[in-house]
Amino acid sequence: MAEFLTGAAFFILAVTALGLFRVLRSELAVERMMAVQLLGTGAAAALVLLGAASTSPATTDVALLLMLLAAFSCAAFTLGQSEEPGDAPAPKGDES
Amino acid sequence: MSALADLFTLVMVAGGALLFLAGTLGLLRFPDTLSRLHALSKADNLGLGLIVLGLLPQVGSIAGGLKLVCVWLLAQLSAATASQLIAGALHRRKSGR
Amino acid sequence: MNLLLDLALVAWLVVLALHVARTGDDRNAIVAFIAFGLLLGLAWTRLGAIDVALTEAAIGGGITGLLLLRAEAHLRRGRQADGAPRQGGGAKTIVAALASAVVALGLGLAVLAFPSPAPTLAQPALAAIDATGLGNPVTAVLLAYRALDTLLEKVVVLLALLGVWALTPDNLWGGAPELKEANPPQPLLYLARTLPPFGVLIAVYMVWVGADAPGGTFQAGSILAAMWLLVMLAGLSPAPETRSRLLRLLLVGGPALFFAIGFLGFAVAGGFLAYPKPLAKALIVGIEAALTVAIALALGLLVAGPSNKAPAR
Repeated sequence: MAEFLTGAAFFILAVTALGLFRVLRSELAVERMMAVQLLGTGAAAALVLLGAASTSPATTDVALLLMLLAAFSCAAFTLGQSEEPGDAPAPKGDES
Repeated sequence: MSALADLFTLVMVAGGALLFLAGTLGLLRFPDTLSRLHALSKADNLGLGLIVLGLLPQVGSIAGGLKLVCVWLLAQLSAATASQLIAGALHRRKSGR
Repeated sequence: MNLLLDLALVAWLVVLALHVARTGDDRNAIVAFIAFGLLLGLAWTRLGAIDVALTEAAIGGGITGLLLLRAEAHLRRGRQADGAPRQGGGAKTIVAALASAVVALGLGLAVLAFPSPAPTLAQPALAAIDATGLGNPVTAVLLAYRALDTLLEKVVVLLALLGVWALTPDNLWGGAPELKEANPPQPLLYLARTLPPFGVLIAVYMVWVGADAPGGTFQAGSILAAMWLLVMLAGLSPAPETRSRLLRLLLVGGPALFFAIGFLGFAVAGGFLAYPKPLAKALIVGIEAALTVAIALALGLLVAGPSNKAPAR
């Protein structure tokens, strides 16, 4: 069973990491952040799987921290995103 | 009984792993950014969810199982908010132009 | 399968590191660096260093990304104001690349020159752990065997914060740093209201579990700092004025308590930072609690930066 769980962790990491490498060359910064987000979830899934494979309960704690802070870097990223270079500051009250 | 639990784990973890594959393919192949975001959330919600569900029979203690469920619940909160933030940033960029 | 996973992790880390170093766009590099941190956390887990993995997840996932992104936005604004093009001299790049290559080569040679098996103090550390009342050898090293290092480390964090504060212009000294965005998006407000309770709970868990299992003050402090920054970013609570007496007392409190217990060691246990055996665990947990608060405040204020509002009269 441990072998299968490690294999599944490897598969998930490989898929998400390769996805990230493809997207890193993308034009849109937002999409790169999306790929990092996916890698974060993939890493958490892999950690949970590896924790079950090795029966070391503390590995799950790392996954817990990753998921707690997953939205944090995304929030930090989107905040800076609003002042993209070249974007004229949007006039107020022009939302819709 | 334990063989049945192992089978359950096998099926669920394999399903979760496939959803990660599907999410990545969607991220690479879908035509526009918002649909790519949509593909992403499937892996976040369902992929991790199936894996956590599949691992539950393998955990020795109740506390360990609860912690796994907590990982998934936190992922729900994070993924939903992150998707909203990303979509909002996209929307603002488009309407700002 | 284990070997395959480890080799793949190493390969991805190298590829990502090269991408971070080579990419011209700073923001792109930072996003790749956040991903690098995720994989690095996994690598530490694979090496069995869960304490380090937890620190990497907390610092890399929470603090570093925000710090770098804020620094980049600040630099970009400065460049836009100057109208000066980005400095990216070819000679500088070559010198930096050569220097990095030399350091990498030196490190590689040093690792290859290790005797095998590597010298280790793991056995003595585990043998003496009963005297500390702890179960986690990493915490025992940090707060008992090598407590002096940890103490000085906390002082260094405070010095770093002083360095950042020293950048404040004279007329703004003692004021508050401004973190709030002009129009925080709704999801951010929601996150800043929902996430901190969970964050605080997990931070308390980290300190508590740190005595016997991987976890500890630095991880907990980083989580608390991230939660505090989230609240400040969303504007739910303003950043504190840096002249506030309470803030300064709390910042100094952790290291000060550490020093006090250290000197008390001369009187009751015969040496600086020696703990009387029956009280060892209680003292260590007390120091950890005070240090967690101090680290959380110091890290949060480091990211917030020097004050840019004049103090209220």
